[in-house]
Amino acid sequence: MSDAMLYGLCGAVLVGLGLFGLIVHPQPLRKILAFNLIGGGVFLLFGVVARRGAAAGLAGDPVPQALVITGLVVAFAATALAVALQVRLFQETGGRPDGQMDSRP
Amino acid sequence: MPGSATAGGFLLIFAIALPLAGVLFSLALGGRYAERVALILMPAGVVVAVAIGATVWHTHDVLQYFVGNWDPPLGVAFRADGLSATMMVTAALLICGIGLFARTQLPVPRGVEERAPLVFWTLLLTVWGALNAVFVGGDLFNLYVALELLTFAAVPLVSLDGRAQTLRAAFRYLLFALFGSILYLLGAVVLYGTYGTLDIVLLSGRIRAEPAAWAAISLMTSGLLAKAALYPLHLWLPPAHAGAPAPASAVLSGLVVKAPFFLVVRLWFDVMPGLPEHAAAQVLGALGAAAIIFGSVVALRQVRLKLLIAYSTVAQIGYLFLMFPLAVEPETGHPWSTAAWTGGVLQAVSHAFAKAAMFMAAGLIAEALGHDRIAGLAGVGRVLPITVFAFALGGLSLMGLPPSGGFVAKAMLLTAAVAAGQWWWAVVVLTGGLLAGSYVFLVLARAVTDAIEPLSLAARISPGRQAVVLALALGAVVLGFVPLRPLELLQIGRPDMAIEAPR
Repeated sequence: MSDAMLYGLCGAVLVGLGLFGLIVHPQPLRKILAFNLIGGGVFLLFGVVARRGAAAGLAGDPVPQALVITGLVVAFAATALAVALQVRLFQETGGRPDGQMDSRP
Repeated sequence: MPGSATAGGFLLIFAIALPLAGVLFSLALGGRYAERVALILMPAGVVVAVAIGATVWHTHDVLQYFVGNWDPPLGVAFRADGLSATMMVTAALLICGIGLFARTQLPVPRGVEERAPLVFWTLLLTVWGALNAVFVGGDLFNLYVALELLTFAAVPLVSLDGRAQTLRAAFRYLLFALFGSILYLLGAVVLYGTYGTLDIVLLSGRIRAEPAAWAAISLMTSGLLAKAALYPLHLWLPPAHAGAPAPASAVLSGLVVKAPFFLVVRLWFDVMPGLPEHAAAQVLGALGAAAIIFGSVVALRQVRLKLLIAYSTVAQIGYLFLMFPLAVEPETGHPWSTAAWTGGVLQAVSHAFAKAAMFMAAGLIAEALGHDRIAGLAGVGRVLPITVFAFALGGLSLMGLPPSGGFVAKAMLLTAAVAAGQWWWAVVVLTGGLLAGSYVFLVLARAVTDAIEPLSLAARISPGRQAVVLALALGAVVLGFVPLRPLELLQIGRPDMAIEAPR
């Protein structure tokens, strides 16, 4: 098994775990973490693609690495926004378990 | 070859940079100036969008710009074809209308800096810039960034009032949107790994019918469907769109959900023009049909006006996806395929105008009455005649009655369905029209009856604000005077035209 294959499979497993968590877990914080897990898997795949040298058969394609950096920033911003919404929701409700979207205190 | 940058390509940069520069200015100058900056930029943005449309129309070619003069695949391309230009002009006009309306709904108080107006005006400009970036993006990763920017601007718009209920709706919207964009990104990785480029034009030349391409396109399409709120991924839409303040709902329902739809069109018609899959297109159409029936029936059962309009958005999004089984054909050049394509795009544009007008009309009604229960609407037709008339005009477009843009769009989809021998879509279009008629009349019938006791008004509504709503509704009506044939502008830059040109 080549390195690229191994890392590719790892990325696939991360994406799968994340998707499972995002759909199954009702707690908002776990959903946010699950989203980050999918993101990690996708970024790993970008790394694999870079290592394989997708563009014109270059060994070590730099383009996916540039994309990963942008992707990380976007994922970080998304996480920050999600957490900010949760913090605000916590302040509004005082952490009472209300409805399906909130976890136990 | 992707060709070279065209004269006037810098306009595309302006279209993205103007609104975003406005955001920076607002933040730098402080909240008191956010509204003024936005209102100054809006006419400028309309001029840029119209100039792009005129250039595309005049040169009959795609407008291109390469950032930093680097050709793809190394550089990033911006391209505007007829479809992009149409959507950009629509977005610019709608943003202008919504801005004029919001000027009085969310006014910036004199002297003091308040959070909600500053946030609203900067987010409105961000949504605008992100929409333009989606419409002119020529690179799949760049489109991902534009799509995320759009999400980050749209989600806080839902929870502007900061109530727990809207915060929850915003969070749910964010989760669906993130789920959608990460699937889109995953598809983009697979495409890059297989073909070594993310540029749409280069990709369309290299893509072949093979498992990797299918996996990538299915991942990206399903991700975008979650963002476009196509049934059964619509769960986030009604609470989010109904809970937002009226101008924000108008942006979200009229424009924001059209961006992922636009990208699905890009993927299916531009990225993989050579490999249409009949079965997959039928699935998209079936989901659209389910959305039409389900959304309309649920809309009929709502007790609150804004929720009714939100569910009607779920239904109207369904019509957009009816164009796929009709327009995606193994061999290009069917007369109905172009009719269906034009019908789908016209539906997107006319729904944008009609739905924005209806959400703002509902906002005015709620403001005047202090509630938006449909059962308590009696007498509102006397108090706010212009608003109720605007609501009715928007409803005309949803039902697909002439004269309205919705009529032309639905008539074209109907003709295409009959011509293609796929009569089942015609049945769906007609049933959806009947159901839309029922829920619009449900509201109007209440609104025009006389109140038993005199209405106690919570607020007086100025005629100017009602006029803005009417103007947008009239926009949807004016689209109905578009001749009933495929529009030339929308065909500019279609891949079947490009295939004829030597590559």
